[in-house]
Amino acid sequence: MYNFEIITSAIDHFLHSVMPAQLAVITECVLIAVCTLVAYVAFAIVMIFMERKVCAAFQCRLGPTRVGFWGLLQVFADVFKMLIKEIISINNSDSLLYRLAPYLVVLSSILTFSCLPFDKGLQVLDFNVGVFFLMAASSFGVLGILLAGWSSNNKFSMIGAMRSGAQMISYELSIGLCMLTMVVLSGTMQISEIVEQQVDGWFIFKGHLPAVVAFIIYLIAGNAETNRAPFDLPEAESELTAGYHTEYSGMHFGFFYVAEFMNLFIVAGIASTLFLGGWTPLYIKGFDSFNAIMDYIPGIVWFLGKTFFLIWVLMWFRWTFPRLRVDHVPTLEWKYMVPIGLVNLLIMTICVVMNWIF
Amino acid sequence: MKFSETYIGGILFASASLLTGLRTTLKEFFTPKVTEQYPENRATLKISERHRAMLYMPLDENGNNKCIACGLCQSACPNSTIIVKTKNIVDEESGKSKKVLDEYIYDLGSCMFCQLCVNACPKDAIAFNNQFENAVFDRKKLVIRLNK
Repeated sequence: MYNFEIITSAIDHFLHSVMPAQLAVITECVLIAVCTLVAYVAFAIVMIFMERKVCAAFQCRLGPTRVGFWGLLQVFADVFKMLIKEIISINNSDSLLYRLAPYLVVLSSILTFSCLPFDKGLQVLDFNVGVFFLMAASSFGVLGILLAGWSSNNKFSMIGAMRSGAQMISYELSIGLCMLTMVVLSGTMQISEIVEQQVDGWFIFKGHLPAVVAFIIYLIAGNAETNRAPFDLPEAESELTAGYHTEYSGMHFGFFYVAEFMNLFIVAGIASTLFLGGWTPLYIKGFDSFNAIMDYIPGIVWFLGKTFFLIWVLMWFRWTFPRLRVDHVPTLEWKYMVPIGLVNLLIMTICVVMNWIF
Repeated sequence: MKFSETYIGGILFASASLLTGLRTTLKEFFTPKVTEQYPENRATLKISERHRAMLYMPLDENGNNKCIACGLCQSACPNSTIIVKTKNIVDEESGKSKKVLDEYIYDLGSCMFCQLCVNACPKDAIAFNNQFENAVFDRKKLVIRLNK
């Protein structure tokens, strides 16, 4: 089993040996911030490329093939284009909030991103109420979206933001219920502990029926949470031009775009952490040689493999289903997913109390 | 009340129909892609025979076209793309004057490839082929004389 704590503690000891303790802590903070941001951007680039290719494959196309080998430089060209575009200021807009909004969205997504356990010991934020923190951090992204719609002095933005607010706040409930279901199963809210408990069996196998139901509800609610199709009503281009980011240009638009993609990564990452065992390898009881081979694959490969598989599944949903009608979105949430989630939570609790879990 | 309209039935029915959609797109994900990488695959490019790219006059084995200069294609053309110029020649055996084709002028630049001319032709003297690389630098080069 690989353990990144060896590397991180070695860096920690080295920094403490060459500089005073306070300075060492500050240096570590800066290092971690740089690493998180670099990873954030790197994953965003990978995901945008993946989105283009997967979307193309679902539509029987090849996707970008011209810029660089197999279109690999396409995303860099896009980013460069975005960077050199002008950031337009809007007349009669609330200037401060207008500029603040994209940063709030990105901030929430980075905070959530840093909760993800990439490998044993490779996790930025890890404490005893990790799941709570995760939910709190992910739910203030909606504030940025509401501010963006409010401040840009445009009715389409406003409608988009209001739809987005209604949708994200209601689907947060389902996400919370699914996470609670898994917290009931694991008995802890510390993310590293949750993953640690799945070494002898992923929660989706341990929790059997209620875990599978929670997994499906989580995927649906997570898709709605990221404002992606079939839940892309906030930016329904046929009705609202682009929803809350209609008036944004240049890198401010880029922040919304990147945050949307990274929220998808985060949703898939949390799903793989809570249900598919995070960085823990797949073990089958009784097959010792198979388990030994699985041990050789590093945890980060397991985590990213599961996460990208779930991202692919979510993209599959996106390019299959048509957009929901606006009154169907709350119906699906309040009449179907919340009751099912509550019953599911009850079933999971009964299962745990009666010890009907594997 | 049908089962598919009840609460549980609705969920099952919806799941089944969503899974049908997912199965369809998954099949599409793995099928060979239809994108043509055009300039690279020029040698192996396959274009449908029914593709309408350019009007031409099929020749018979003697190298003559079948046009009888009736002008039906010209009157069928909505864009006045075709101009059939005729001339009169005197048939040597009977001594009668006969109208034959002089010039068949086709303006590719104004053609909208509706195929009405081909349908109007009583002798199948004109047809569309699929030579689609028709870009030129001068509009005048698009006006083509089809008969040789």
